[in-house]
Amino acid sequence: MEEKVLEWDYEINGKDFRNAGKVSSKVKEILKELGFDPDFVRRVAIASYEAEMNVVCHAERGVLHLTISPEELRIVVKDKGPGIQDIELAMQEGYSTASPEIREMGFGAGMGLPNIKKNVDKLNIASTVGEGTVVDMLIKPSSIREFG
Amino acid sequence: MQLWEIQGILEAELLWEPVDLQMEIEMARAADLMSDVLNRSQGGELLITGLVNSQVIWTAELAELKAIAFVRGKRPDQETIGLAKSKDIPLLATKLLMYEACVRLGMRGLPGSLGTIW
Repeated sequence: MEEKVLEWDYEINGKDFRNAGKVSSKVKEILKELGFDPDFVRRVAIASYEAEMNVVCHAERGVLHLTISPEELRIVVKDKGPGIQDIELAMQEGYSTASPEIREMGFGAGMGLPNIKKNVDKLNIASTVGEGTVVDMLIKPSSIREFG
Repeated sequence: MQLWEIQGILEAELLWEPVDLQMEIEMARAADLMSDVLNRSQGGELLITGLVNSQVIWTAELAELKAIAFVRGKRPDQETIGLAKSKDIPLLATKLLMYEACVRLGMRGLPGSLGTIW
């Protein structure tokens, strides 16, 4: 039997602080409609939101690609932006290059990537300075379920 | 604790109506740093904050927080209030400072995100 895979693409605009969260809210809506467990939906929503905020805060623009298969959920956020110089350093809680504007929004405290890591099963970050960053997240539901 | 009790204890104003004042709130969380809220919240909390931008609403929506109380007499703009309404997140505004707001609710027995006060 052919495996069913669902896919979505959403654009994220850099510096559009008012709408930063909209894409993750759509992701959450989709998962709720598919009947995923509320705790799982919350984990995905938080990881997605932090990744979306990263694009809004640091990049020019980005795309969030959501893939759902019966075994796992994958979110890949790819942006065009300054990239990350030292990924290991960026993963440390408290390290941040955020501007005062971003801090005024309640973000930029160096917790974005650690927050993502905490909520996903597998996190891969690839970045080229001056070009952009790809954040690849894999999240497995606690129980495999059927979806329509 | 129900929302109407919280409104009374904080002497707060509702920023949009109608809301379900019988909404049951079991925990509260106070922060101005939204990443902190995303990092350690259970979902279902009242968020007490001095930040009034749209990120507070998106944080509540995505972390499944139930309601928001703005302290220090601060109020979000109409667009932010509209966003909260569209997400069905009740907004309260109180003149109390954050510490006073937390103490008042804590003294009436509303626990924090970890389910405890002491």
